[in-house]
Amino acid sequence: MIEFTDVVKSYSVGTHALRGISMQIEDGEFAYLVGPSGSGKSTIIKLITGELKPTSGTVHVNGYSLERIRKRELPFMRRTVGVVFQDFRLIQDMTVYENVAFAMRVIGAREKEIRERVPYVLELVGLETKSRRHPKELSGGEQQRLAIARALVNNPSTIIADEPTGNLDPARSLEIMSLLQEINNLGTTMLVVTHEKDLVQRFHRRVIAIDEGLIVSDGMDGYFSYEDQ
Amino acid sequence: MTEWMGISAMKINNIGYLFKEGIRGIFLHGFMSFAAVCVTVACLLIVGTFSAVTYNLSLMITELNKTNEVTAYVDETLTDAEARSVGTKINRVSNIAEAEFISREEALQNFIADHSETEAFEGTSADTFRHRFRVMLTDPRLLEQTKADLENVPGVVKVKATEEIAAGFIMMQDVVEMVSMLIIVVLLIVSLLIISNTVKLAMYDRKDEIAIMKMVGATNGFIRLPFVVQGFILGMIGAGIAFGLEWVMYDAVVARIHEVDTFGFFTLVPFQELLGVMVAIFAGAGMFVGIVGSWTSIRKFMDV
Ligand SMILES: Nc1ncnc2c1ncn2[C@@H]1O[C@H](COP(=O)(O)OP(=O)(O)OP(=O)(O)O)[C@@H](O)[C@H]1O
Ligand SMILES: [Mg+2]
Repeated sequence: MIEFTDVVKSYSVGTHALRGISMQIEDGEFAYLVGPSGSGKSTIIKLITGELKPTSGTVHVNGYSLERIRKRELPFMRRTVGVVFQDFRLIQDMTVYENVAFAMRVIGAREKEIRERVPYVLELVGLETKSRRHPKELSGGEQQRLAIARALVNNPSTIIADEPTGNLDPARSLEIMSLLQEINNLGTTMLVVTHEKDLVQRFHRRVIAIDEGLIVSDGMDGYFSYEDQ
Repeated sequence: MTEWMGISAMKINNIGYLFKEGIRGIFLHGFMSFAAVCVTVACLLIVGTFSAVTYNLSLMITELNKTNEVTAYVDETLTDAEARSVGTKINRVSNIAEAEFISREEALQNFIADHSETEAFEGTSADTFRHRFRVMLTDPRLLEQTKADLENVPGVVKVKATEEIAAGFIMMQDVVEMVSMLIIVVLLIVSLLIISNTVKLAMYDRKDEIAIMKMVGATNGFIRLPFVVQGFILGMIGAGIAFGLEWVMYDAVVARIHEVDTFGFFTLVPFQELLGVMVAIFAGAGMFVGIVGSWTSIRKFMDV
């Protein structure tokens, strides 16, 4: 579960990225986070991953209180949250298989577990036939599916995605959104930041809209009011 | 300590990964690694050489102290028994290790024995000599003070010391110790910085990987360890090469001195005798620069 209570985040004196956000995303829920550029969406993501600490208010993620988490607990919190970015963040000199295996290896997984789990997630995202390719030999959509496989491989209870379709054409974007829905259907909590109005309206899911650091609407009706598209 | 938590949670199968990554880091920046090893070798060679010189000097000084005697002459007007009893008072003076009574007869015999052309002294009577004490000092550095103290002992009329040689060696030892301390500290810092920079380069190369490791929840200990291993390997390679060179150089110097110094005045102990000390110094210094060098560079890099 993700829970924000009166969260304020100021980067420096004057820039108030978030000005009092309260929201709750239940286990197994799917939510879109929308809002104009500079409204504070990435800031919310960074607060969830523990990259930033709130200036005031509390952030709870899967049982951890992030406003006062100990440094050595942070990695263990992060294992409960898979992250996907617009720019994929793949390791170019590793193959598809190695990119996914790497995420398991660096948290101390056994080779045996790795050999069983990696093919399973590659199949889930539809990359089972491309495991020996390198990222640059994949299409944008395939690269994003690889990034999703990596986010999934350690079996996190939550996946957050910051504009996962930002670099993809509409057809690929639809594929990725469908994949995220599928993963959510398997029980993973999902929070997706996006600008894709059409896609959001298509899926009829919860939409949290923010503007200038405040929640302006939150509901199932796919509310959109910003102009920058 | 916190980062060690992550390490302790690791399984044996990760050790292979760590060494593979550590070695990969070295070859990724072959030239920098080479430079780091060279500087480490140079540093350790100098460290080792100064240590060897200091060690030999202190041995020589100890040896010299044994032969470096102070002679205290006893008042001629005293009887034999009275002369001997002066020894008790001499022993009470501070800094006296040992005082040995030498009668005027023994003194004559020694004198004759020291001079080959014995005939010249035939007929010399023991009366020409005075009873004396051969005094050994605990700390030869306090010679001046002890000499004055001895002169104040009732019954002692004169004190003679052969001080120059010892004083020279002691000064040399002091200077060498001071200079070597300074040089060792400076060189260790240089070698530390170079290793630190090499590791930093490797980390910089892999900042994307490190970011991903953090993202998926790798512990700081796990992220750091390959780099510490890299620094450790660099330090140990440097130490190994320096150790071999030091051995060869030392043996060459010993042989050369043996050739030149026919009096056996300078005696260097064979390298084998220094082996334990040297292995400890090289391994310790190599490990120190390697681990501390990488650790400090990582600390700065890792803080989110
Ligand atoms: N590191 C930073 N230092 C100072 N200000 C920052 C920093 N990061 C973001 N901001 C500011 O905080 C506000 C929110 O930024 P954020 O990145 O969360 O927006 P966003 O909703 O993700 O925008 P976009 O849709 O363009 O990605 C913006 O005004 C931005 O300029
Ligand atoms: Mg953003």
